[in-house]
Amino acid sequence: MTELSFYGEPPAGMGDEDLPGRLIVIEGTDGVGRSTMISLLKEWLETSGYAVVDSGLTRSPLVGPGIERAKRGHVLDPVTLNLFYATDFWDRFERIILPALRAGMVALVDRYIYSLIARGYVRGTAREWLEHVYSFALIPDATIYLDIDVEQLLPRVTERGFDHWESGGDYLQGVSVYDSFVQHQRAMLDEFQVMAQRYQFEVVDARRPAEQVFADVRERVETALVGMIHA
Amino acid sequence: MTQPDPTNGARADAEQLPGRLIVVEGIDGSGKSTQLDLLHKWLRSEGYATVFTEWNSSPIVRGTTRRGKRRKLLTPMSFSLIHAADYASRMYAQIRPALQAGVIVLADRYVYTAFARDAARGVNPRWLRDLYSFAVPPNLAVYFNVPLEESITRITLGRDELKHYEAGLDMGFADEPKESFRIFQSRILEEYDRLCGEFGITRIDATLPLTEQQSTFRELVREQLAGVPRAPRNEITDLLQKTGLSGHYLASSALRR
Repeated sequence: MTELSFYGEPPAGMGDEDLPGRLIVIEGTDGVGRSTMISLLKEWLETSGYAVVDSGLTRSPLVGPGIERAKRGHVLDPVTLNLFYATDFWDRFERIILPALRAGMVALVDRYIYSLIARGYVRGTAREWLEHVYSFALIPDATIYLDIDVEQLLPRVTERGFDHWESGGDYLQGVSVYDSFVQHQRAMLDEFQVMAQRYQFEVVDARRPAEQVFADVRERVETALVGMIHA
Repeated sequence: MTQPDPTNGARADAEQLPGRLIVVEGIDGSGKSTQLDLLHKWLRSEGYATVFTEWNSSPIVRGTTRRGKRRKLLTPMSFSLIHAADYASRMYAQIRPALQAGVIVLADRYVYTAFARDAARGVNPRWLRDLYSFAVPPNLAVYFNVPLEESITRITLGRDELKHYEAGLDMGFADEPKESFRIFQSRILEEYDRLCGEFGITRIDATLPLTEQQSTFRELVREQLAGVPRAPRNEITDLLQKTGLSGHYLASSALRR
């Protein structure tokens, strides 16, 4: 990374600076295998001599506990939920991701603003507003999107059980968990397709065995690391 | 407040909502809460249904904000975002439903507080306006104006110490809390000045006598009340008079108005 670029105006507290690290984002829907890929990537990067930090949604010390509490209630509208996510995102960005990039590390981020935009969009929030809110985000060096269809997703998710939020249970009412899961995930995948174009995702076919998926993911990451200093 | 609208058109009919939204703005110590409280009592006595909402008070978000302040975890951007979450939660759960029900919503601070404070912390004003583009525009917004020196005296009077974020100590303007507060406060007042023009906010001179301010305020509110449904007179009082009962088991809320 040589210069900072954001989707919109730089956020408060950030100006001109060079970030020697790399920001690598893994995107994809629930159950597609993002955490498996991140675990493998982290190990591979560390053994290759890179310093790595990883960060995932709702893990911020500021908002993490608050989101969990709010999600247990029944009065959470999609805009408030999304602003909770935005706060969480920014807190982790400033606290974990940015310092790592400044220190020349690889920041492996499990889901970025794209998942948050998709979650809001499928719940009836205008895309334009979501894009404005998240316009303070730093443009990643690579966004690797794990691509899948609902049909391939279903057996994987069924094994571990259906989750209320992953099935859009908060906004799709009166249908079975199975139906709402299919409907919600299909809407999410459609939105990811739109964003894949818009934000130039590196699309990796995640319908294949993990070994093949990882080989592709690794290749994309290697490209993004070109020119980076490592041990 | 214009585009974009996060509710995909649901805001479009906001102007036709049967209720009214009355907003007071001003720095702490400007007397705006007192003025709003007096207005509240008057409206109730006139038979209007009212709902009171306060900045930073959502039951599902407030805890996080408080935690962030206590542990000093907030930065200008997260401070801004968490307050927007708080507003959104009150807007969808409280303000909008009340306006739909024909109630007068009285808001102690509104989005202008975010515009003033966050901009004073260096957050991009354009971004802030987009962030809050889903807000219902008030029917009347009043700014209780206090000059800088007066406001500093009012806030520091009878207080042991200023709070970290209140004094803007997160910004490193100055090490000494009172000095930091002075710098931060003057920036906020400048922002409020700009906002009054931009959003057509009415100024009331908060150094005038309380009662004088209140009559001006009521006058402004009265202009907004045409067509707002009024609750019928309290029938319980009539009933007690006719039956000769004292009503001492009745909840006090049944006898209000």
